[in-house]
Amino acid sequence: MGRYVLRRLLQLVPVFVGTTFIIFVLVWAVPGDPFTGMCGDRPCPPQFVAAMTDKYNLNDNVIVQYLKYMSALLTGDFGTTYSEQSVGELIGLAAPVSLRLAVVAVTIEAVIGVTAGVLTGLRGRGFLDNLVLVSTLFLIAIPTFVTGFVIQIVLGFQLAILNPTVSADATWGELIIPGFVLGSLSMAYVSRLTRTSISENRRADYMRTALAKGLPKSRIVGVHLLRNSAIPVLTFLGTDIGNLMGGAIVTEGIFGIHGVGRLVYDGIIDKQGSIVVGVVVLLVVVFLVVNLLIDLTYAVLDPRIRYD
Amino acid sequence: MTDPTTAMAGIGTAEYVTAAEHRETGPGRPRSLWSDAWRDLRRRPLFIVAGAVIVLLAVIAIFPSWFTSVDPNHQDLDFSRQKPSGDAWFGYDLQGRDVYARVIYGTRWTLLVGVAASVLTVLVGAFLGILAGYFGGWVDGLASRIGEIFFGLPFVLGAIVILNLVRNAQIRGALPIVFAVVASIAVLSWPVAMRIMRSAAIAAKQQDYVKAARALGASAPRIIFRHLLPNCLAPVLVYGTIALGAFIGVEATLSFLGIGLRDPAVSWGVMISDARNYVRVAPHMLLFPAGFLTVTVLAFVMLGDAVREALDPKLR
Repeated sequence: MGRYVLRRLLQLVPVFVGTTFIIFVLVWAVPGDPFTGMCGDRPCPPQFVAAMTDKYNLNDNVIVQYLKYMSALLTGDFGTTYSEQSVGELIGLAAPVSLRLAVVAVTIEAVIGVTAGVLTGLRGRGFLDNLVLVSTLFLIAIPTFVTGFVIQIVLGFQLAILNPTVSADATWGELIIPGFVLGSLSMAYVSRLTRTSISENRRADYMRTALAKGLPKSRIVGVHLLRNSAIPVLTFLGTDIGNLMGGAIVTEGIFGIHGVGRLVYDGIIDKQGSIVVGVVVLLVVVFLVVNLLIDLTYAVLDPRIRYD
Repeated sequence: MTDPTTAMAGIGTAEYVTAAEHRETGPGRPRSLWSDAWRDLRRRPLFIVAGAVIVLLAVIAIFPSWFTSVDPNHQDLDFSRQKPSGDAWFGYDLQGRDVYARVIYGTRWTLLVGVAASVLTVLVGAFLGILAGYFGGWVDGLASRIGEIFFGLPFVLGAIVILNLVRNAQIRGALPIVFAVVASIAVLSWPVAMRIMRSAAIAAKQQDYVKAARALGASAPRIIFRHLLPNCLAPVLVYGTIALGAFIGVEATLSFLGIGLRDPAVSWGVMISDARNYVRVAPHMLLFPAGFLTVTVLAFVMLGDAVREALDPKLR
């Protein structure tokens, strides 16, 4: 087990370096002068340009810039924006909001998706099965921003039963509707995945054995069936946490949530390269670590899987 | 998109039958995977509905003037944000342009991005995947590691960063903009196609017919293109069909964020993006293009579902 974790951690290193390097090059090696439009309509004063060039090592080549940035990053320094704000602080303000949104979204999609999948997987073909298949088809087909806008128009403006935008604190209660919008697509995938997984495992030999032993139905389904069907669902949910944190740009934009997605989008539009790189590095780390954790939970769920 | 191959496989059993197979008429005659799948597909209502919608959309995309005689760029500020009526079924947008005409003319851009992105993704991914699967060793290692790097990038973020570069490079004209969007989608999604192709190629490589071909002295390109490719194509084609719907949604999302297509390539996503600030006063500006978008994505996802069930015997 220890050796497996070590090997996986070592495998993460080239992926981490490659991903961050690509983003760094794409953000910083932009053709053209990075200072155009930064100081309003006038060209920037030469002292400012000199100071900035020195600070961001803009005279070095890209590889040296990258190495300098990474060595600073390893000491926990995310750099500063052009207006001297600490990127680490900006991320520190935005990340908890995004994390809360992602947790709400994953919880909603896991609860509704798994319930729908288990019910249809156990019952087999019938009215409920068709209902879930058709509604998941629609959820997959409707883009997130359409769901978001329609919910905002209907619930926020026309029926006026909820506030169409989320306040700056972004409490858990306020995030339920945005979380639902954000998780709606994955909810469809989760329920389909659970359904397929359950209906495959339902015919497995161990199910017949459990039945023949005279175990109560709740135990057969709850312990034997669900535990064995959980692996593909869990893999999907794990990769989704990483995706949702970064993929929430659209949802955060619609509902006016000040999260990581909003931060990085503004960063790209204002050409604040240090924000973009900082956020992407953070998201890639989250993505890789969650995937590793998911791989490790496999052994808990399915004792036949051994790490050597 | 890659229909020629499918059609060829169909012809292969229908016309060039060997003498022995020819005698066995009726249901006992062996059919290829493709003709079997086609037979199965024709009987599925899901496939027929999805196919009909897609054919209609293709006709709209190629001949938009058959469906509307109104110029989509004609502006009349007197009509600004007017509600749907008998004159303009979908109402008018902010500049007083007919929303119906714009939706009709926007079809081609939306479909173009979806089809081109899906073809490019499948081509790049399948080519690298089949090489990685067949040769193994360092080729496989290199392709898989590079794939992992691109797979690790969050999709929307990666696309925003790439397209922002494109925007700063001041690209003008409809086709270059479309190509930039298509390329950025393909760059971020080829690893999925590569993984699918790679595992199919690894499984097919161990089959006896490949060993026989190798024993007869066939070269690597011949084995790959004559023996492996026809037998590994099905899963990656299924992925391509399902991804087509998803890519149309992605294009709309990117255009919505203001970094995807833009004038003169006015897709439904661009129209939705233009309407976003007026959802309260003129929701029709947003809802009609959004409805078309949803129906289109739905049709492609349904088609992908039907094709997957037809091609994957395990699911029957």
